Amino acid sequence: MTAPGYTPDEIMTVTAARHLRDGAVCFVGIGLPSAACNLARMTHAPRLVLIYESGTVATKPTVLPLSIGDGELAETATAIVPLPEIFAHYLQRGRVDVGFLGAAQIDAFGNLNSTVIGDYAQPGVRLPGAGGAPEIATYAREVLVIMKQTPRSFVPRLDFLTSAGYLTGSGARAASGSPGGGPRAVITDFGVLRPRPATQELELAALYPGISVDAARAATGWPLGVAEHLEILPAPPRADLEALRDLESRTREAQARPIRINLRN
Amino acid sequence: MPLLPLTEAIATHVHDGDSVALEGFTHLIPFAAGHEIIRLKRRSLHLIRMTPDLIYDQLIGMGCATRLTFSWGGNPGVGSLHRLRDAVERQWPQPLTLSEFSHAELALAYQAGASGMSCGLMPHHADTDLTRVPGARLSTVRCPFTGQLLTAVPAINPDVTILHAQQIDAEGNVLIRGIVGAAKEAALAARRVLVTVEERVERLRADLNAVVLPSWLISAASIVPGGAYPSYAQGYYPRDNRFYLAWDAIARDRRTFTAWMERHVLGVADHAALLRALGVAA
Repeated sequence: MTAPGYTPDEIMTVTAARHLRDGAVCFVGIGLPSAACNLARMTHAPRLVLIYESGTVATKPTVLPLSIGDGELAETATAIVPLPEIFAHYLQRGRVDVGFLGAAQIDAFGNLNSTVIGDYAQPGVRLPGAGGAPEIATYAREVLVIMKQTPRSFVPRLDFLTSAGYLTGSGARAASGSPGGGPRAVITDFGVLRPRPATQELELAALYPGISVDAARAATGWPLGVAEHLEILPAPPRADLEALRDLESRTREAQARPIRINLRN
Repeated sequence: MPLLPLTEAIATHVHDGDSVALEGFTHLIPFAAGHEIIRLKRRSLHLIRMTPDLIYDQLIGMGCATRLTFSWGGNPGVGSLHRLRDAVERQWPQPLTLSEFSHAELALAYQAGASGMSCGLMPHHADTDLTRVPGARLSTVRCPFTGQLLTAVPAINPDVTILHAQQIDAEGNVLIRGIVGAAKEAALAARRVLVTVEERVERLRADLNAVVLPSWLISAASIVPGGAYPSYAQGYYPRDNRFYLAWDAIARDRRTFTAWMERHVLGVADHAALLRALGVAA
């Protein structure tokens, strides 16, 4: 097979961006979610509303922020609100359409671990922790998860439940009273997993060009089911790849600029 | 509200064993004040911060803290806080007791503390493992009006909250603009409030709804230009993302970390000297 002309990160980002409809209100995390949201805003969804958990509302950065609260996000925001307000008045009140999450581990029902690998008291790897994820997972009308698919990250059993997906499936999430809809899609470097309607167990719903079902199964720590109509996604459109590469090159340029601080006294 | 040199402000108001919140969400992180705590060799601190960031990585690695209350402990956009991880995974340089929350819970805990409430309330849905870990202090109660299940988050009232801000005026009022995080709530929840500022002006030119901390809320203030570096001060200097990227390699190894801290924090007199040594002072 010849090289496809795009990287796994690029096709993941473009696929994630394509999941965002114009005008949606998105609660954005840093990294691939932020790249996907801004790519969508710069291509097919110019009226996408981006909220970062730093309290920046309807922000329109021209370069990707490294952190969730870079000055670029503040300068291009319609409003900057305090943190208790962004979580209570916006997210908890149900004003967010799409929440975007990554994690270190995901299980077959889209539950997420971003806290610890191993035992909590004697951790193998201490991860950064919850941040905004539990409430994003609870309240966003739908959640998109974006993460690389490996047997170590797509696990039969989480080491720690940080953020609720469909819990044990078959309606368990709805029974818990969680207002949001849960993970609509899990976008990986193999394709897209979606919940099976009755059980909410994640199954393989779409593959990237040139990737086999067996390869996706081998990268999953549970017996991965395949949707009745498995979609084969097209290669990312050239215009999307160019927009993404431009955005990333502007970002690298901005990050290379040296900082000078004037010591007045 | 006395205007004090930073060393004196920290020496007077931050004591061994205190609970200390250095707040500022990505923006206006009080690095200079944190470094002064390290130079004064404060010990057994209970550090509180939503995002521990590099400054708590440094305080933890230098042995200042025995307890940490937080909600997200990574190097944003880069990866791990290696000193925090070393303390949790291998108890170096000493064991660190964790109390962890989600951002929404910790923001609520500050808000409760700032309001004189014993706890804050939010809707309760699915239980996660965050409610089951040792040190978790979440409880559920029923709403007396609707019967809805609510999560109760205990209030946080730090002994001292330290903020960095843009300006202080002749009367000692302090202006914060840009991303405010939970800085205001953390300050109003605290028993004592210390502030470092970029500059002193005669009069604040604040928009009507700008965040101003009135002088009588503040225990002491210090003028420290660049005091938030390598985080940033909107209108003064941007976040040094290159430093955050470089920190990963510095902090990964105990010896590299210790050498860096000895040279750049313990080995310099103040924050201005650090900025000159790093070549960012103009």
